[in-house]
Amino acid sequence: MYSPVTRGSGRTGWSPGFLVKLVLIALVDALGVYAVLAAWGAESWGILAAMVALLIVANWAYFSKRALPLKYILPGLAFLLVYQVYVVAYTGYVAFTNYGDGHNSTKEQAIEALLVQNERRVEGSPSSPLTVVSDGGTLGFAVVSPDGAVRAGTADQPLEPVDGASVDAGRITALPGYDVLEYAAVLERQQEVTKLRVPVSDDPNEGSVRTQDARTGYVFTSTLTYDEASDTMTDTATGVTYTPNDDGQFEAADGTTLPVGWRVLVGFDNFVTAFGDERYAGPFGKILVWTFAFAVLSVASTFLLGLFLAIAFNDARLRGRRIYRTLVILPYAIPGFLAALLWSGMLNRSYGFVNEVLLGGASIPWLTDPVLAKLAVLGVNLWLGFPYMFLICTGALQSLPTDVLEAAKIDGAGRWRTWRSITLPLLLVATAPLLISSFAFNFNNFTLIYMLTGGGPRFDDASVPLGHTDILISMVYSVSGLDGTAAKDYGLASALSIVIFVVVATISALAFRRTRSLEEIA
Amino acid sequence: MSPRTAHVPRRPGQRARWFSEIGWRHLVGVVAVVYAGFPLVYVVSASLADGGTLTGSNDLFASVSGANYAALADTRFWTWMANTLVVAVATGVGTVLMGAAAAYAFSRFRFSGRRVGLTALLIIQMFPQMLAFVAIFLLLISLGNVVPGLGLDSKLSLICVYLGGALGVNTFLMYGFFNTVPREIDEAAKIDGASHAQIYWTIVLRLTAPILAVVGLLSFISTFGEFIIARVLLQSEDNWTLAVGLYGWVSSLQDANWGLFTAGAVVSAVPVLALFLFLQKYIVGGLTAGSVKG
Repeated sequence: MYSPVTRGSGRTGWSPGFLVKLVLIALVDALGVYAVLAAWGAESWGILAAMVALLIVANWAYFSKRALPLKYILPGLAFLLVYQVYVVAYTGYVAFTNYGDGHNSTKEQAIEALLVQNERRVEGSPSSPLTVVSDGGTLGFAVVSPDGAVRAGTADQPLEPVDGASVDAGRITALPGYDVLEYAAVLERQQEVTKLRVPVSDDPNEGSVRTQDARTGYVFTSTLTYDEASDTMTDTATGVTYTPNDDGQFEAADGTTLPVGWRVLVGFDNFVTAFGDERYAGPFGKILVWTFAFAVLSVASTFLLGLFLAIAFNDARLRGRRIYRTLVILPYAIPGFLAALLWSGMLNRSYGFVNEVLLGGASIPWLTDPVLAKLAVLGVNLWLGFPYMFLICTGALQSLPTDVLEAAKIDGAGRWRTWRSITLPLLLVATAPLLISSFAFNFNNFTLIYMLTGGGPRFDDASVPLGHTDILISMVYSVSGLDGTAAKDYGLASALSIVIFVVVATISALAFRRTRSLEEIA
Repeated sequence: MSPRTAHVPRRPGQRARWFSEIGWRHLVGVVAVVYAGFPLVYVVSASLADGGTLTGSNDLFASVSGANYAALADTRFWTWMANTLVVAVATGVGTVLMGAAAAYAFSRFRFSGRRVGLTALLIIQMFPQMLAFVAIFLLLISLGNVVPGLGLDSKLSLICVYLGGALGVNTFLMYGFFNTVPREIDEAAKIDGASHAQIYWTIVLRLTAPILAVVGLLSFISTFGEFIIARVLLQSEDNWTLAVGLYGWVSSLQDANWGLFTAGAVVSAVPVLALFLFLQKYIVGGLTAGSVKG
């Protein structure tokens, strides 16, 4: 622990700053311990280990004298590690799995889900009197066995004997540890009650208790049985045996599979799908080309317009140039999503401002024709992006070394020659890093595409929900299924994310190397 | 370049010369201002129009009424506005505090792993968080099982996710600026008995205030408009941000909601615009400081 002693500098340890630190660390520790306990309860061992490690490092960093730089880096680093480094690594992992609809969980959970989904009421199974109870708000059932014993449980907690229940003519009136629900309360939550299933025991093969009328319980058991020893699923109705296959599903001899599977590593399958499967490879190729075209043309068009305006306004004799400059950068201060939505209305084919007013009632399908939609995307991005380029070009022009320009003049270079041989190269060197990051930004400019065209117009091939203006990142969003329009496929989406990362990182690294920006890190 | 004296055109020959040197710049300026400004004029006009449809918005300022603005009160707009401001301000402040602290450490201390750390940051920031939204979604499901406040559909967890990107993007901008503050000032303070924390809070942070303002503002603006992560994480309408909510208005029943949308757009653009114009010189300085290094 930190010992509050007087340092050579004359500062005492028990300073207000130390007390503030103590309070903050105590707060962090308290929250951390709470999270550790909660992780223990939820059996999330990964989170538990991460929290413990984080707490130890935090306490060491702030109470040791040998970790001075870490004190300043740790807060940001902790967030960076969890929400960026970890998720990037996890994206890499998911890219090699078949995670998605039908493969959502572990094998144990898949087996349980299969057993539950195929539960039927056993013909002639005994019925028992049942009472709806609640355990701190969670609904549960209490049943009376023929021998008079009372057992109770909830959806997560299998039936267990409960002592000390008051039973009146088969009806339970009081139960220790549970609240007995009144009839009115049961009616209120009727849907929940009829959906509720309480497992008979820890073994999912034994089935569950369900009820229709909240008075009588029946035992439901699955038509499937799972045999742990042979790791097979058997359908008791048809007698077919299913064995696990490499894709994380139970498969019968004739090739039919059960609907719920589990996550398994599938190697490069997702990448093969992206590049090879005809449903994806065609759209993927077109989207890849368009993504490059969009990013390059966006950077080029905004840079040229911004540069032109910067030159036009870069003359001290121009009256009112401050006003021009302020008005011209207004689009930069408008949040991008507002601009994209606004333009999507203005470019509307039938009612939009552009067709109705500017083009005198023309009916040009700006957002629904493949070629025009691409032009519209580029045009709107030009409007959005040129002020930024204008700003950085203005800054770069104003900070050009005047001595070099004067030397050129003395050597007899004309305006054009000076511009081409001195101004432009210096300008490009100064703005290159920002052009690269602008390229990377536009490569992933999801908001613009999604809000302006939604990726549309759709490709004629209807097998995937993708369109002519989709860029890679909006393709990832569609493929992931998180917007609810397609089946979820986290594995393929993550694989595409990795492809985008490799593309952007390669281009950035090459470009940065050429502009020697990396040498800045001295 | 050209002489810096004011030219007043008197004779026809001079007028032609005036146009070739200055006049065309005014022409360009007017065209550029119209190009940059007409969508903004349109949105203000549409928000003040009587009807709420796209068609009815095309006659600029044909009718002026506050009906669309008043109608915002019957929607969740103000809830979204509050959510967005909470998230964006918290992220902006957090980004500045974390980024500045890290930049201070990298700029002032020499420790093993410093070079590696800087290079790692440069590489990590090339992988934008938005690419990993699937993994973020899955991570928050697991976190939510442990601590519900850090799970899906929580503003706190959205802020945490945004803060995860705080170090990567901004540390370099700040690091470069921190390096321009002379170390002699630190050393003088140290000799006078100041601790590293005192130097950081009372000297370095004050001298670097311009870059802190820039980073805070840029973080505020980008958080304000961030869509994909907010859309994936925030599921109940009461937790939505403006980007998610306004998208919903326009994407569904576009025509009928147009008046509401334009009014909402004006209201939500005004604070950002005002802040931007107010801090303009810092932003321009910050962007160009970042650009004129190579």
